[in-house]
Amino acid sequence: MTAQVETAPAARPAARSEISDRARAERRLGLLLSAPAVIVMLLVTGYPLLNAVYLSLFNYRLTAPQDREFVGLRNYITALSDGLFWQDVFTTFLITAITVAVELVLGFGLAMVMHRAVFARRTVRTAILLPYGIVTVISAFAWRYAFDLQSGFVNSWFGLGDFAWFSDRWAALFVICLSEVWKTTPFISLLLLAGLAQVPHDLSEAATVDGATAWQRLRRVIIPNMKAAILVAVLFRTLDAWRIFDNPFVMTRGQEQTATLSFLTYDQTITRTSIGMGNAVGVLLFLSVVLIAAVFIRGFRVDLSQVRGDR
Amino acid sequence: MAEITLKNIVKRYGDGYPAVNDVSLEIKDGEFMILVGPSGCGKSTLLRMIVGLEDITSGELRIGGKVVNKVAPRERNLAMVFQNYALYPHLTVFENIAFPLRLAKTPEDEVQRRVKETAELLELTDHLDRKPANLSGGQRQRVAMGRAIVREADAFLFDEPLSNLDAKLRGQMRTEISRLQRRLGVTTVYVTHDQTEAMTLGDRVAVLRKGVLQQVGSPRELYEQPTNLFVAGFIGSPSMNFLPATVDGTVLDTPLGRFDMRDRRKAEAVGDRTVVLVGIRPEHFEDASLVGDDRRERGAVVKARVDVTEWLGNELYAYVPYEAPADVAAQLRDLSQELDSDQLRTQAVVALDASSLISPGDEAELWIDTSRVHLFDPATGENLTRDEERAAALGRLADKEREAQRRAQRAEAEATSDTSDEDEDKGGTETAAG
Amino acid sequence: METGRSKALWIVASLLILVWTIFPILWIVMLSFKQPGEVGNVQSFLPKDWTMENYRTVFSTSLFTSALINSIGVSLIATFIGVVFATLVAYAIARLEFPGKKLILSFALAIAMFPVVTLVGPLFDLWRTIGLYDTWPGLIIPYISFALPLAIWTLSAFFREIPWEMEQAAQVDGATSWQAFRKVIVPLAAPGVFTAAILTFFFCWNDFVFGISLTSTDRARPVPAALAFFTGQSQFEQPTTAICAAAVVVTIPVVVIVLLFQRRIVAGLTAGAVKG
Repeated sequence: MTAQVETAPAARPAARSEISDRARAERRLGLLLSAPAVIVMLLVTGYPLLNAVYLSLFNYRLTAPQDREFVGLRNYITALSDGLFWQDVFTTFLITAITVAVELVLGFGLAMVMHRAVFARRTVRTAILLPYGIVTVISAFAWRYAFDLQSGFVNSWFGLGDFAWFSDRWAALFVICLSEVWKTTPFISLLLLAGLAQVPHDLSEAATVDGATAWQRLRRVIIPNMKAAILVAVLFRTLDAWRIFDNPFVMTRGQEQTATLSFLTYDQTITRTSIGMGNAVGVLLFLSVVLIAAVFIRGFRVDLSQVRGDR
Repeated sequence: MAEITLKNIVKRYGDGYPAVNDVSLEIKDGEFMILVGPSGCGKSTLLRMIVGLEDITSGELRIGGKVVNKVAPRERNLAMVFQNYALYPHLTVFENIAFPLRLAKTPEDEVQRRVKETAELLELTDHLDRKPANLSGGQRQRVAMGRAIVREADAFLFDEPLSNLDAKLRGQMRTEISRLQRRLGVTTVYVTHDQTEAMTLGDRVAVLRKGVLQQVGSPRELYEQPTNLFVAGFIGSPSMNFLPATVDGTVLDTPLGRFDMRDRRKAEAVGDRTVVLVGIRPEHFEDASLVGDDRRERGAVVKARVDVTEWLGNELYAYVPYEAPADVAAQLRDLSQELDSDQLRTQAVVALDASSLISPGDEAELWIDTSRVHLFDPATGENLTRDEERAAALGRLADKEREAQRRAQRAEAEATSDTSDEDEDKGGTETAAG
Repeated sequence: METGRSKALWIVASLLILVWTIFPILWIVMLSFKQPGEVGNVQSFLPKDWTMENYRTVFSTSLFTSALINSIGVSLIATFIGVVFATLVAYAIARLEFPGKKLILSFALAIAMFPVVTLVGPLFDLWRTIGLYDTWPGLIIPYISFALPLAIWTLSAFFREIPWEMEQAAQVDGATSWQAFRKVIVPLAAPGVFTAAILTFFFCWNDFVFGISLTSTDRARPVPAALAFFTGQSQFEQPTTAICAAAVVVTIPVVVIVLLFQRRIVAGLTAGAVKG
């Protein structure tokens, strides 16, 4: 992400040579005001991250602290050569790919409705915001109980008999994805709505006069002009889905091969108190996030200045 | 090429207020029609109804003889230039111009040919690979026109296309649009609030007020023979002066003084009204000391105290405040507000020869060209002294001029580019002339 | 041009959205009114016998009531501190010229993308060492830092739109600088700050990872974590309906906030996230 910190306009050297007291005071005030937030963010992420890297180099279990021993990269090698790790990577990838794809389409639809709806505009917007505000764990419970054999109505509604959704990997993943999609589509749709609102209405009208059908207007004028917003939304949601934890935890506790990378990290560190291994997986998760972000920012040239709000 | 006919067109929004009310207008094939009026008069709405971006509440819209009320915009084969040009920022200039052709799935070689031709016509050839963001205002404007031209549409619609340009460029683009329109001979509807554009560009001008059509005619007809107070005040800059006056035979008693207009016909038109509004354009005043005897005979002289003067080099504006009865003053204030200006006091503006030596505070002798004076009914605003014969003559003159001009352009175009479809165009124009 | 058919399509789409978003919430509400014994015997959407029993159960369970207090307390404190910090940064970014502006915004962005689970292990370790494990501050600190990015963007986007010259205009009109701030800037900035507070509160209210990792007892455990570990009063009773009652209780504030401040939230999320 350092690549995004471009140097300021060329005016800077000139400004530096004739810097006034006033400008210096302004600088000091600026840094002072930013300090508390930056310090908190650094404290909570910087030190623990370094500590995570450090701890990941040890064979260290909380239950047997005296056996702590430096093992170098062995935890990483163990993790990377373990089928379970790759299975969790695959599960995470699957959830990410499916939910992001579905949410992009669905979210675009929602954004269009919010943008254009003539009917009950306020109600629709409010309804769309509800899942955004609801606690993920509760969304997970709602969907779990709906599909659950004992409490659910889904099986009886759709005549599925006693099909046990959470005893089958793919069925369980389906419900996990469903809950994730329900909960997070509002967010992506709001980002897309912001993008939509930025496409001047004129362009759409001009295309209409130029002879474009509704589909052609969408394909050739609206979408190309909100590419930046779409990429930003996809980046955010991809990274968010990649860190998915709450839904699998509530639905399956990682059973039936539905564990994700975040769940694996948690499971190793907290449940199994295997601090060394857990941190190694955590660091790998962190690196994968950096990799995904880098691919987006470099590969797709996501314009993050839009996200950051600088012009 | 097509004529556009509007019959009793009404546009009513949700709140029931008619933005366009019962407008009937016939735009002839190849004609350059201007829609003009103060902001909010419904001119843009009318244009958007023609192109199909707004629904028509009632009435009938025909393009080329066919009723198109319910036809989708893309099937109307019209081209529009938007106020902000509406260039697609993600496409190059070439692709922007080619856009309508791409939508129509035109073969690649034809796209290439037509876009290149259009670019040449508009001198955009060097910029075809650039994105709109890197163009100057004038270039963007030309790209927008290119997109309209390339389609070989039945009519061009312009929605205040020059309002985002600076004054100098606006002048250049104005001539450019005029030249192009005459050359291509395409029916054009052009919305503007700019006096100069309305007067110079149009074959005919339609003046709208609060959604109601006031008058349609050649620019000269509107200027010389306005039908009512609103058109008289709207056309011409600075605005026509309206002075309350009592009538005694052919003598008018105005706040600027009594004078004899020496015109039986006009006096008769007043009928039994005791008060009228006398409309005199600023340029129909003159410093009496600069008027020769023979001319002085044809007009009248009044004496008035000048408050402020503005010397502009080519002429001199003098402001003459006067007292008016409260109800007339209120009416004049309403009118000036409606014309997008905000004149707080009742004053006459007179445009004098630049060599005049009148200065602020002077009791000046002003000569009025009484033959150009109009009288308006203060209640209805109707022009009581409109000369229908003269108006008709001006209309015929405009038609003749337009034909001549068009033929000259056509000949010139034929001389430069000798393509077969020129003949067709010519045929079209001749039918229109008949 | 809106034709009758496309209008009908928009209406159908709107109705579908309403069903899609409200149905799961309605389902939880229905479950919360079912008899605990009904679960497992009757598979239906609506309760057979409506009952308030589950609500009585959760409010008499200390695990839930203390979790509710923890959630409210921790979220409100974290929101307050987070918004104050974010306001300072956003003001500096919008108004002042100083080096590192872009760095701060990029850093905030990086934090927003950070996989929080990676920090769970080290924070668990650290908090135990310094005695923050299973305490309110132990949750408040990570909440603040991870809610800050969203608050900072939202606020800097809002602050950029404020016509700051109004402050000078007020001073020219005779206001002291305090009055100018109080009477001009505060009313202009307040909606933005308020929106940022709502978004921050939602973030804290929603947290689960820190909640289950950094707490162990009802001293600090927030509701989402408590729900995940909630078991019935007796081994023979399914906790399903009780969990749903608890879920409904914690959802009520969210629904109220959304209903009251729908426009602000939309403006906040769209302004803070994508700005052209």
